[in-house]
Amino acid sequence: MIINHPLLGPRDSAEFTYLGDAKLIDRPDATSENAAQEFYEYAYLRDNPAGWHEELWFHEAGDRSWLVVTRNTLTHEISKVELARDVARSRGRSK
Amino acid sequence: MRYSGFKVIKEALMGHKGWTPAWRDPEPQPHYDIVIIGGGGHGLATAYYLAKEFKQKRIAVLEKGWIGGGNVGRNTTIIRSNYLLDGNEPFYEFSLKLWEGLEQDFNYNAMVSQRGILNLIHTDAQRDAFTRRGNAMILNGADAEMLTTAQIKKRYPFLNTEDARFPIKGGLAQHRGGTVRHDAVAWGYARGADSRGVDIIQNCEVTGFKIENGKCLGVETSRGFIGATKVGCAVAGSSSRLMSKANMSLPMESHVLQAFVSEGLKPVMPGVVTFGAGHFYCSQSDKGGLVFGGDIDGYNSYAQRGNLPVVEDVCEGGMAIFPAFGRARMLRMWGGIMDMSMDGSPIIDRTHIDGLYFNGGWCYGGFKATPASGFCFAHLLVNDAPHPTAKAYRFNRFEKGLMIDEKGVGNQPNLH
Repeated sequence: MIINHPLLGPRDSAEFTYLGDAKLIDRPDATSENAAQEFYEYAYLRDNPAGWHEELWFHEAGDRSWLVVTRNTLTHEISKVELARDVARSRGRSK
Repeated sequence: MRYSGFKVIKEALMGHKGWTPAWRDPEPQPHYDIVIIGGGGHGLATAYYLAKEFKQKRIAVLEKGWIGGGNVGRNTTIIRSNYLLDGNEPFYEFSLKLWEGLEQDFNYNAMVSQRGILNLIHTDAQRDAFTRRGNAMILNGADAEMLTTAQIKKRYPFLNTEDARFPIKGGLAQHRGGTVRHDAVAWGYARGADSRGVDIIQNCEVTGFKIENGKCLGVETSRGFIGATKVGCAVAGSSSRLMSKANMSLPMESHVLQAFVSEGLKPVMPGVVTFGAGHFYCSQSDKGGLVFGGDIDGYNSYAQRGNLPVVEDVCEGGMAIFPAFGRARMLRMWGGIMDMSMDGSPIIDRTHIDGLYFNGGWCYGGFKATPASGFCFAHLLVNDAPHPTAKAYRFNRFEKGLMIDEKGVGNQPNLH
């Protein structure tokens, strides 16, 4: 599997480690009233789709950047690769 | 028809004209008392024990493909009960005891072979951990023995005990562990269930659940609606896909695990050897092929095939510990999809929907669990209460902080 890194170009997926669903970017608010329930769902429940999946990959043996990779879990086809930093900022995190 | 040695001789003399199909091919009825979704090992075992031990009638098993075509035919056939934690060890020991009596119980040759399993030790820390594990096994009624390097060398003279990186310092053996002919497990349970009136309906894919007022009334399938008083789901690997039709999110990801078999060799491996430090384990099938595997590929996948970096990693592990196997050629490789749960342990529980029950999250350890999983799931379906050995396998353990995390890596399914 080749991941087309936005800064470094095409890289072998063996250079990366995998964390999981990119929804992990959306950490719940610890001060909210339902924080316990929200953190349970955040930490443990996954959509786990068969098809397109946005997921977090870490370029451990490379530039150590986090990426959001849109990949098809049925075919391993990759349609989009973004820096996780950009995705998080576009969702209003880490200003 | 009961199988026996006498029957084989009689049929040999009569030209093998008296054999009949091992199970029927029935049309689905409009309503059953219990519908099991998934005609794999666990689903068929559930139906078998429902009919045999719990005396239930009007049971159907729905399978989208053909029975035994999924993970029960894709694993590396190992049975063992060498777990550490209280939530797991009694269950897997119950399973191993069921394996020991299985062939007599369902009158089918499943080639259960208790040739022993050996976990290799390379460091002091590993020795401490495996000693503790062995003690936990013995406390739960299983067998365990710590072996010295000399004892291991006697049994496996071709093991690389002097490897500079991973010198073998001993091992934890479970002599009652071993291997089973996996297809025969599916066929034996199917035949046993069918002969007790269970309808095994193949090529019947569940496309949805009929849920009204919080109660499950049946399933929509590719062969029409089938009503059911109780529905049990046993489709590990595709659990998230199936349960999403009931609007449920599960604490698991689906991952692919690869397995490999070499060309047939003369007997060389007397038992099962696991080299955990190198992510490699191996046994030899009765046909002679070395059956081996390693870790999961490590990212969500529903493709029943893996990628090459893991092939290389597994073969490197094998070469480190069994240099002689480098001369053998690889014959086949394949992949199976597994529910990797958030703590590495399974779930056998009711859902929040009345009449809908769930069995899944088996990670890469589902095969050895097949008999106990079926027995405990049948117990749950009939009694609405968990079997004593499976009482820790609840949905709410993640919410309550009661994880059964053998490896201690937390909610990272690809690390379990």
